[in-house]
Amino acid sequence: MSATPLGMPAFPDAARDALRDTTLRGNLRHATHTIRDKRARAVAELSDWARLREAGKQIKDHTLRHLDHYLLRLEESVTAAGGTVHWAADAADANRIVTALVKATGEREVVKVKSMATQEIGLNEALAAEGIRAYETDLAELIVQLADDRPSHILVPAIHLNRAEIRDVLVSAMGDWGRPAPDGLTDAPAELAEAARLHLREKFLRAKVGVSGANFMVAETGTMVVVESEGNGRMCLTLPETLISVVGIEKVVPAWRDLEVFLQTLPRSSTAERMNPYTSMWTGVTDTDGPSAFHLVLLDNGRTDTLADEVGRQALRCIRCSACLNVCPVYERAGGHAYGSVYPGPIGAILSPQLRGTGSAVDASLPYASSLCGACYDVCPVAIDIPEVLVRLRERVVEGGPAVRRGTRVVLRPARGHAAQRAAMRAAGWVFTRPTALAAGQRLLSRTRRLHPRRLPGPGRAWSADRDLPEVPEESFRDWWRRTSGGRDSAGGSGREERS
Amino acid sequence: MRVALFLTCVNDTLYPGTGRAVVKLLAGLGVDVDFPLGQTCCGQPQYNTGYRRGTEPIARRLAEVFRDHDAVVTPSGSCAAMVREMYPRLGERARAEGRGDALATALAPLADKTYELTEFLVDVLGVTDVGAWYPHTVTYHPTCHGLRSLRLGDRPLRLLRAVRGLELVELPGAEECCGFGGTFAVKNPGVSVAMGTDKVRSAEGTGAEVLCAADNSCLLHLGGLLGRQGSRMRPVHIAEILASTREEVRR
Ligand code: SF4
Repeated sequence: MSATPLGMPAFPDAARDALRDTTLRGNLRHATHTIRDKRARAVAELSDWARLREAGKQIKDHTLRHLDHYLLRLEESVTAAGGTVHWAADAADANRIVTALVKATGEREVVKVKSMATQEIGLNEALAAEGIRAYETDLAELIVQLADDRPSHILVPAIHLNRAEIRDVLVSAMGDWGRPAPDGLTDAPAELAEAARLHLREKFLRAKVGVSGANFMVAETGTMVVVESEGNGRMCLTLPETLISVVGIEKVVPAWRDLEVFLQTLPRSSTAERMNPYTSMWTGVTDTDGPSAFHLVLLDNGRTDTLADEVGRQALRCIRCSACLNVCPVYERAGGHAYGSVYPGPIGAILSPQLRGTGSAVDASLPYASSLCGACYDVCPVAIDIPEVLVRLRERVVEGGPAVRRGTRVVLRPARGHAAQRAAMRAAGWVFTRPTALAAGQRLLSRTRRLHPRRLPGPGRAWSADRDLPEVPEESFRDWWRRTSGGRDSAGGSGREERS
Repeated sequence: MRVALFLTCVNDTLYPGTGRAVVKLLAGLGVDVDFPLGQTCCGQPQYNTGYRRGTEPIARRLAEVFRDHDAVVTPSGSCAAMVREMYPRLGERARAEGRGDALATALAPLADKTYELTEFLVDVLGVTDVGAWYPHTVTYHPTCHGLRSLRLGDRPLRLLRAVRGLELVELPGAEECCGFGGTFAVKNPGVSVAMGTDKVRSAEGTGAEVLCAADNSCLLHLGGLLGRQGSRMRPVHIAEILASTREEVRR
């Protein structure tokens, strides 16, 4: 993944800013709680949700098991429909392909509809380096671009900004990118939307090249599917002469029929709608309508490596609905930027360290950016057991082990910096397999109970900076049990103590 | 039926009162529990931090310790979930790594007969009124593992509602994680404390005197926050409430 955040700090450090920023926390809390409640209502309307979820999981698992087959099938269908398929092994490959395609048209600007894959590979920057300007047309994505910011949510990239902040961005930056914001713009939603509409309209009518992603690709027919709420995506797909779609290889589904499942689960999970306001499907090119040239860039960028891990591969089932972000208590407090990737939240915590490896500080810390509360697994419409994958990745960080990197089997060494923890875990493991040692330790703890400081130095400081330590009892349970034969002897049989 | 108490390392070391309460509670219901002294820990700290292989000997020995019992009861939702959900996974992974069925075979019986306390009371013993008396206002936090792994549902609430003198008040945002998460509490202290502070604030907002849960690990974290913030709300394990009787010294 080229967009590896070089020098991006580990998650706990990156989260610190968001924790201090009360406006940001308020924005996030409000937005995520609103959408999670709506999602719960939209899902509750369907009596067969559990079956839809299971079906989605099965379809994706089946496809992933036979991914090579379905990708070749897709290539055939797209080609037969007049499109051209390009294979990109990594970000650099994909950027090179897209840049060359744009240059071949002689154009210097492209309009884009929100695409995680192009964010993932840093396409806008790559195009800019070649003198090509990419205009984001998804409203939230546009705001982030104008603000020179980074997206912080899969579906609502500007979730961290409130209306007043958005107004300020539009007023100060729109003029640099095209049609400026109207005079006297307020932060009323309708006014903001109208300003963006006028600004974008100009771009749509001028653009000769569109760049998109896709939510699904149907192998059987070569059909690409984009679902969205604003209709800007549809403009991007239909108005330009050339359309270039960059899509991760895991987005393929075998047959048209499979959409029946996902077009129900995706909108309800993401925007809490029964159906997406705009569902666009296009198959190759036609003479009379839409783009006259269609290029599909199939992006690997760590996906086949991810497929090699029997636990972690389930992350590739993800349909990017963002439901897991909206229920995640850690995301809610830390904000999307702390995850150092276009994929934040629980899915980001398992996807980024698999696509990019666990080499960087942020990627090694992401598997620990969760309390394993399980809320993400509960809402996921394709039943990705995110906590299980997190634990699997923690294992990779601390114990190393076999993995596939760039198609080659490697044995990963444990990440550095875990020596103290490893020693502590070993020691605990030693004690936990020796009950007499545990009892001795407990007695030592009890005997010295009056001497325990209220705040600890060293690694314990993280605990005791804001939390009191529990008071150590005079006697462990096992000693009580031994002394009183489980309370059958009179001494202390019904003893109980006040806890602090 | 031979029933064993698996108290867990945290309770054994820091909350012996919870253990004594379970013994008393079950004895009152006619169940004589055994406490095999060979028990230590379920290995959850290791497993959840990524030391899967280091968990295996701990899990094996726990299964061995309880080999001859028909049921194992634990007053900890997260440890019950560890044994029930993760032990089978340890076995599966060992198998996938070509190490045969030995681990799976050793761990399966324990996973099958382990119950979280409230589950044991309601499902196995078939009681919701345990005859307790506890004249306090209580709000209940249904810990993540109890909620989403064990699916305890309203079992703990049914037990609490039957307690005489107890006034149960609803906890807003009850299903949200308290932010403990084992090593998460020290690896991400900032986020952990922020989550816990929100939880403590909504608990205090109920006006209850007691914050109750079925897991002392979460209460350790929440109690630490309550203590530091000088709150008068007390964290109390559900077993201690259910074991309270009129004869008790008033708490
Ligand atoms: S992991 Fe599941 S819940 Fe999260 S974005 Fe992907 S599909 Fe949605």
